[in-house]
Amino acid sequence: MSRSMQPLALPQVMLAVLRREVSLAMRQKGEVLTPLMFFMVVASLFPLGVGAESNLLLRMAPGVLWVSALLAAMLSLQRMFATDYADGSLEQMILSSTPLGLLVLAKALAHFLISGLPLVLIAPVLGLQFGMDGRAMGLLLLTLLLGTPTLSLIGSIGAALTLGVRGAGVLLSLLILPLYIPVLIFGAGAVEADAAGLDIAGHLSLLAALLVLSLFFSPMATSAALRISVE
Amino acid sequence: MKPQATLTFAKLGCSKGGRELFRNVDYTLSSGQWMYLTGVNGVGKTSLLRMVCGLASIGAGDILWNGQSIHKQADAYHQDLCYLGHLNGLQESMTVTENLTFTTALAGRSITERRIRDVIGRFGLHGRSGQLVRYLSQGQKRRVALSRLALSPARLWVLDEPYVAMDEGGVKMLADLIADHLQHNGLALVTSHQRVPVGDIAPQMLELQPS
Repeated sequence: MSRSMQPLALPQVMLAVLRREVSLAMRQKGEVLTPLMFFMVVASLFPLGVGAESNLLLRMAPGVLWVSALLAAMLSLQRMFATDYADGSLEQMILSSTPLGLLVLAKALAHFLISGLPLVLIAPVLGLQFGMDGRAMGLLLLTLLLGTPTLSLIGSIGAALTLGVRGAGVLLSLLILPLYIPVLIFGAGAVEADAAGLDIAGHLSLLAALLVLSLFFSPMATSAALRISVE
Repeated sequence: MKPQATLTFAKLGCSKGGRELFRNVDYTLSSGQWMYLTGVNGVGKTSLLRMVCGLASIGAGDILWNGQSIHKQADAYHQDLCYLGHLNGLQESMTVTENLTFTTALAGRSITERRIRDVIGRFGLHGRSGQLVRYLSQGQKRRVALSRLALSPARLWVLDEPYVAMDEGGVKMLADLIADHLQHNGLALVTSHQRVPVGDIAPQMLELQPS
């Protein structure tokens, strides 16, 4: 046992979780592509539905893109712990000597990389449909980059709370969407405020503060919910 | 040789859905001993094992590891615990090697591929290290899950129906593995409907009575 098994530091254990999640997602590409396609389709429906009046579209753009991104990020939340719960891996994670909060944090981070980051990267392309200019698109990218990790972190609480519940998908959205409101307000608000020529430092600071708060508190809440769900 | 250890149940009780399953169970298990937990269906064997693991909260009384409540030393206790429940804890879309590398990483250790090949070879899974778990049979999946035991430095093994889905050779192999574990100062808690002898080590019987 001595030489073939070396001790791992906590960051290395978290990295192992992260790598497992990402490699699993790469094997089930549908899971990465579904939210992305959903985002693209929903954001494209608005110009079709509201008409091609460019001023109206441009004013709506930040809000529409943010709401679409938020719904798309929520689509894949349910699967965050579902397979681990079904196959018993979750029990093993809870029983491991690594603090559960850190494992959960790694899983939420993986969710951001798999479901959130692709949305962030494609958003400027969709912004073109709404006639956004370069500055607005850059700002949209920045707010999404600050906001989507928060969505994954808060979402992990809902995913853990609805584990093993029938009709979990709808319940999950009812639980989580209200919690997403502050992120939406400051995310979409920053782009709008900038277009109106206002200072946006406050919006960005609040988005960052929300991220820091959820980084700290959501792993605790998620761990507690996971412990209840396996009991 | 691992250091000596004891597991103690002190007036342990459990109720589920408002119905009392068992109560006032007093018991002590020491290094080198194994407990054979029996009782009719629904008497609470699995519930008791899940309480021992800390997966379920303790209804009444306490469970002590080396004289201290398990919930007061959760991290240290979990390092000393290896649990095999009804679920194998294997991710179907990953290979045998990936699964075992991940579970050892969870326990805070890295492992070489060579060592994994050795261990699963001992469990009759030669050349299967690169195969997706999805394509293994029930019995083979159980064997992969059991190889976690061989890779774990834990002193306390908690095994819930470990012989399910195993063929005769597998049953014998697991019994030998447990016997070897006990000889190195390990402890084991086993529930099973099959009475399988563990080497020549007599079990400490605990029969749960419905209250």
